Amino acid sequence: MRKVIMGNHSLSYGALLSRVQVISAYPITPQTQVVELLSEMCASGELKAKFINVESEHSAMAALIGASAAGARTFSATSAHGLTLMHELLHWAAGARLPIVLGNINRAMAPGWTIWADQTDSLSQRDTGWIQFYCSSNQEVLDTIIQAFKISEKVLLPSMIVLDAFFLSHTYEPVDIPDQVVVDEYLPPYKPKYVLDTKDPHTFGGITSPEYYYEIRYKMEMGMRESVEVIKQAGKEYGELFGREYGLIEDYRCEDAEIIFITSGTAASTAKVVVDELREEGKKVGNLKIRVFRPFPFKELRRIIEHAKKVAVIDRNISFGHHGIFAQEVKSALYNHSNIPVFGFVAGLGGRDINPQTIKEIYHITESNEYPSEKVFWIGVKK
Amino acid sequence: MQKDKKKMRESELIIIEKESDMPPMAMSLGYMTYNKTGSWRNIKPIINYDICIDCMICWKFCPDACVLIENGRPLIDYDFCKGCGICAEECPKDCIEMVEEGK
Ligand code: SF4
Ligand code: SF4
Repeated sequence: MRKVIMGNHSLSYGALLSRVQVISAYPITPQTQVVELLSEMCASGELKAKFINVESEHSAMAALIGASAAGARTFSATSAHGLTLMHELLHWAAGARLPIVLGNINRAMAPGWTIWADQTDSLSQRDTGWIQFYCSSNQEVLDTIIQAFKISEKVLLPSMIVLDAFFLSHTYEPVDIPDQVVVDEYLPPYKPKYVLDTKDPHTFGGITSPEYYYEIRYKMEMGMRESVEVIKQAGKEYGELFGREYGLIEDYRCEDAEIIFITSGTAASTAKVVVDELREEGKKVGNLKIRVFRPFPFKELRRIIEHAKKVAVIDRNISFGHHGIFAQEVKSALYNHSNIPVFGFVAGLGGRDINPQTIKEIYHITESNEYPSEKVFWIGVKK
Repeated sequence: MQKDKKKMRESELIIIEKESDMPPMAMSLGYMTYNKTGSWRNIKPIINYDICIDCMICWKFCPDACVLIENGRPLIDYDFCKGCGICAEECPKDCIEMVEEGK
């Protein structure tokens, strides 16, 4: 069934089709619409889930940790300050190896008080042990939720599905809503191996001495590494059933490209349009979208940009005193493998538009300089 | 009996040689019969039983549940007592003395 829906509702439909059993949420704009629709689905009986209203995002995640440990399939959504309030529990959810799935609508952090798109909120959660997907369309949002449950339940790590505020969250797009029967085939009910059970009592997350903590972290990292193949497999199987295949990255006209944009989120869609336009002018250019940020797609990225002459990384975020965060990660992936110049661009913070002109300006800076003359280029600063 | 067996299994579980034998998360790795957290203590409560009237106020107040009742008398479980001094503070007979460890 094809429907025209907003990004927020793509998250809701993804959760519905995944047959989530517990939803816990505190309303923060714009995720409000995600749980608004889910609460209606729960009220009407369309979705048989327990909907828990809580008093903060910290509690929202805490409630899901409890529910997930008891064996339920769990979902929540949040944004910006809500996500950062969850920070402590994000560590806990991943450390407890709970396959919770969370939608995060990328919004900038205050001050200045803002509700517009920026990736700094979710990228600040980089080291919590969550798998992170950055989506570029409402269809991808919905499809990724369903895949995320499959992936998370296999590797026992939680997943965060990230989408840009307004550019996706409130933008209506035609979305194919998959058939529940086929989704059920793809995503069977969650059967946890380790579960809170009064008949087989165990201490979960109890005091852990240096004797064992270290190995527990090692196992988390192994889970994250394993997830690389699991994500690929889940994306491939999804493609076979629903006709839309997904991977860790998405490369667009990169084969013979000399300059490759590295993008994420909605900027990736705009970059594809710019690639087409520049190709018409005879420029050899391509776009590589990073869909999965954690685990970072080292090999996949290297393979695509191997033959390029330069890459231009577009970051809608900034790590103060360093680079944009994607640029840092790309550089770390290339170190010891390639000397290709990496141009780092910061653009679109706090919802400033990243339009085709922005990306063309980025192209021209990259094309006309042999090496990046600045550590980070800030595009569009009023001067 | 059943319970004792269970306890034994749990405590055996936490002697693990290999990473591959461990659960993926911190599950029953911190069973308290093994984690003798009393070792964190630097002052310890000592009850003067000549004055003690067995009112069990110390038993009630200990936040770590490590005042046991043994034959109707309070007995501090030093394997787990943290030395917080709450028992000494609450004792109506003032008969619990906090003594520096090692003295
Ligand atoms: S010192 Fe504190 S922990 Fe120890 S027995 Fe007294 S109240 Fe309990
Ligand atoms: S509170 Fe004091 S008097 Fe009462 S049982 Fe404990 S040690 Fe004895």
